[in-house]
Amino acid sequence: MRTDIAGPGYSSRAQRTLTLTGRLLDALHLDGPLLLSVMAVCAAGLIVLFSAAGEDVHIALGQAARVGLGLGVIAFVAQVPPRVMRIGAPFLYGIGVLLLVAVALVGDVAMGAQRWLDLGFVRFQPSELMKIAVPLCCAWYLHERPLPPDFTTLVTVVMIVLVPTLLIAEQPDLGTALLVVAGGGLVILLAGLQLRYILSLVVLVGAAVPIVWMFLLHGYQKQRVLTFLNPQTDPLGAGYHTIQSQIAIGSGGMFGKGYMNGSQAQLEFLPERSTDFIFAVIGEEWGLVGCFVLMMLYLLVIGRGLYIATQAQDTFSRLIAGSLTLTFSVYVFVNSGMVAGLLPVVGVPLPLVSYGGTSLVTLMAGFGILMSVHSRRKLVST
Amino acid sequence: MPRHSRLKDHNAEQRMFGRRVVAASTVIFLLVGVLFARMFWLQVVRHDYFSELSQGNRIRIDPIPPPRGLILDRHGEPLALNRPAYQLELTREQTPDLNDTLARLVELHLVAPDEVERTRRTIMARRPFDAVPIRLQLSEEELARFAVHRPDFPGVEIRPRLTRFYPHVGVGVHAIGYVGAISEKDQERIDEAKYAGTTLIGKLGVERNFEDLLHGDTGYQQLLVNAQGRRVDRVGVSAPALERQEPIAGDDLLLSIDANLQRVVEAALGAQRAAVVAIDPANGDVLAFVSTPTFDPNGFARGLTVPEYRALEDNIDRPLYDRALRGVYPPGSTIKPLVALAALEYGVTVPENTRFCKGVWQFPGSSHRYRDWKRGGHGTVDMKRAISQSCDTYFYGVSDQIGIDRLHDFLVQFGLGSPTGIDVLGERDGLVPSRAWKKKAFKTRALQVWFPGETVIAGIGQGYMLATPLQLAHAAATIATRGKRFAPRLVRAVRSSTTGQVREIPPRELPEVKVKDPTSWDVIIGGMVGVMSPGGTAYRSQAGAPYQIAGKTGTAQVFTVGQNEKYDESEVNERLRDHALFIAFAPADAPKLAVAILVENGRSGSGTAAPIARKVFDAYLLPPAQAAAATSATETAPPPTGGEE
Repeated sequence: MRTDIAGPGYSSRAQRTLTLTGRLLDALHLDGPLLLSVMAVCAAGLIVLFSAAGEDVHIALGQAARVGLGLGVIAFVAQVPPRVMRIGAPFLYGIGVLLLVAVALVGDVAMGAQRWLDLGFVRFQPSELMKIAVPLCCAWYLHERPLPPDFTTLVTVVMIVLVPTLLIAEQPDLGTALLVVAGGGLVILLAGLQLRYILSLVVLVGAAVPIVWMFLLHGYQKQRVLTFLNPQTDPLGAGYHTIQSQIAIGSGGMFGKGYMNGSQAQLEFLPERSTDFIFAVIGEEWGLVGCFVLMMLYLLVIGRGLYIATQAQDTFSRLIAGSLTLTFSVYVFVNSGMVAGLLPVVGVPLPLVSYGGTSLVTLMAGFGILMSVHSRRKLVST
Repeated sequence: MPRHSRLKDHNAEQRMFGRRVVAASTVIFLLVGVLFARMFWLQVVRHDYFSELSQGNRIRIDPIPPPRGLILDRHGEPLALNRPAYQLELTREQTPDLNDTLARLVELHLVAPDEVERTRRTIMARRPFDAVPIRLQLSEEELARFAVHRPDFPGVEIRPRLTRFYPHVGVGVHAIGYVGAISEKDQERIDEAKYAGTTLIGKLGVERNFEDLLHGDTGYQQLLVNAQGRRVDRVGVSAPALERQEPIAGDDLLLSIDANLQRVVEAALGAQRAAVVAIDPANGDVLAFVSTPTFDPNGFARGLTVPEYRALEDNIDRPLYDRALRGVYPPGSTIKPLVALAALEYGVTVPENTRFCKGVWQFPGSSHRYRDWKRGGHGTVDMKRAISQSCDTYFYGVSDQIGIDRLHDFLVQFGLGSPTGIDVLGERDGLVPSRAWKKKAFKTRALQVWFPGETVIAGIGQGYMLATPLQLAHAAATIATRGKRFAPRLVRAVRSSTTGQVREIPPRELPEVKVKDPTSWDVIIGGMVGVMSPGGTAYRSQAGAPYQIAGKTGTAQVFTVGQNEKYDESEVNERLRDHALFIAFAPADAPKLAVAILVENGRSGSGTAAPIARKVFDAYLLPPAQAAAATSATETAPPPTGGEE
């Protein structure tokens, strides 16, 4: 009797709660699974950061505040319908390019690179804006044209990608340039770029490598690549990062040295341990198991993002959702590959985990776009 | 739509997009696979290797220097101790810009401007991770000054260390020696690992010669360090166990030196440039080893500044110069007892044979006059009288009869002309001339010829002949023992720092001087007793002594007097005046102590050197109260008139 009464009573209450939450999320144009997996990654990131930053409460709280801000950005961007984004895309792109030119002319130099634009009240990095603006503009350009794109379309869209990329690479900021190319390039790939173009691109890149090496790369960029190929040649200089991060990861073993117990991280042998190299801290303190758990959380985010892209009901939404999700995975693999010694050291943070606000806000804006896309799919179909 | 050859096919686009997403997902899974293969390689397959690297990263082995062994006198009175001091150390590896750091230390007046280059070289000579001392003893005020600026000086630290302390300052400094900062040159003779934490090394004397025993064994301590090399207590939340191996202190040295006697001698010499060596003839124990002026060895342990060192170097009295060990002087008349012994040994004369001294001596048929120190001569002298009055003409004749080569062969048996084998480095050979020596020493044939005149002046200890005060003391001791010889030694025993056991070093016997007729010894000792008896050159110094001294005065010319001139000391610059010498032992019948005394430019052996010997004997042979009374008695006696010899 009791169970008879209690059972359905509880279950219906739980169901009601779920339904209510669902309705609330729907009303806010948010996607529950994506939001949850993003928050899970952020939470894991905060836990690791507290240790990586040497148990500095201020740093951890500051980052928590940025995560909060990021969630606000998601909520804000999600309110913008994809249609508005599409219309706004070329303008956003245009403003972005103008700002990049402005940076090149009057920007602040910080740490040897000219990336910042001082607007008086806030220092602003236009290259960060381009991570969103370039895929948006590409998707806008391609959405009403027949796909796969013909050659003329392709040339135009490649120009859309290359102009800001070159401006950013010139700053120089190789990591961001890479992510901007990835964002635009992935739109083109998802738009159905024919296999023959892909193959010829591979050949072209192969041919371009020596030219880029000789004429375009800065000395320090060349050094990074050389050091990546053989870190032992410069153990105290450029190879130091790679060697120390591999020691950190390798010494972590299967289960890690324990939270806040990684000697490489705690004794500061690992450089940039709370920013670009935070993945090595996870490897050292949490071991292979910890890396696996984090990677699964990332796959949840990526999986949900790709699902949203496939469910999108117009070309623009599909392309932008797919591109942003895959760019996010490029972040993950470039960073972890670099920390694990598989790729040269480029300034790409571990998304949602590395300390810092700029890339976090951009990423969160991207998730906002995904959510906006997902919550409006029925409107398009009806 | 004419420009678009194809129409948009929404369904086809969606299907193609689906295929692309599937392809992308495949790529993502492949990448995850590659990443985990890599992580597996690093974290499982190569885990041990990287664990070791990470261990090496955080653990630094820090040396713990051992306390240096103490140096004590024969009665256990400490002569060299250790005491805590704060020193400034710099670790090159942790210093971002060495030149800039040194420049800023100069600004804080912690390093002297003219020390910068030497300091920099010393740092560069050490391993980059060694903490190199750049100041050995900081004052309280300097300590405070650095503490304020410490954050600006990564790699520079203040560390408490034990430093060497010589409580009696200059007493026995030439025997004990001193320690100083390890120099570039010292690096070459030491094992770097053994000296990893050591700051000071023996530079001179016993400190230098017994460095291996005094130093001890360096311990070590594992330290947890961060990437900057700074010591930390824990890794994140845990503190790992660290190994520590305690250092083993150096062994203590028990010297043969009698600190009290040493002080008496140094006081007696005052400001004179002089050397005194006192030896126990029975075993070679050096009871006093004095070279004056002395200097403060504590300065070297603290680290002298360039001007301080230059002041010592440039001092006209040369305090750093060890006159007892390294000063070579003509032995003058102190050689006469040995020449007399040689004459008896070679049968040139018998003790009773007399010669008439008229104040000059000439080779038959030569006009060159070899003068006696006493105008008018000593009259008729036998061997004993010749010794006690130090008659030059007697020995001119005798040595001419012996011949230079035989004289050489005889004298070298007493350790003249070669190091005595004392247990410190730096001893000089001195010189006993011979024909063979002259051939080697001079280049042109004309100069290589040995002249008979050179033999006769060798017979009174002039000419080429040179000896150190140590050699003369050793010779005196050999006369005292009638031929038994022991290598002089400053270190009598070693006390182990671990067991506390005292290991005596047995006296090292040297080849004995054997004479055909042992009574020859009585003759020359009788002559030396005569020196201290009425009519003898040093009679005054025997006055009132309850024991009999056997001695021999000597005067060594610094300034060569021309053939027809008379040496007039008032005209001669103080630094060109004759050196005063005296060798002696006492009591004459059962010798307990043999001494050699040299006073540079002291003019007269009898007037200057012999009274010092008396004080040495009084201090050593008499009970303390009586010794003090006896010493004051000789001081109140009328001053010697001088002019003898």
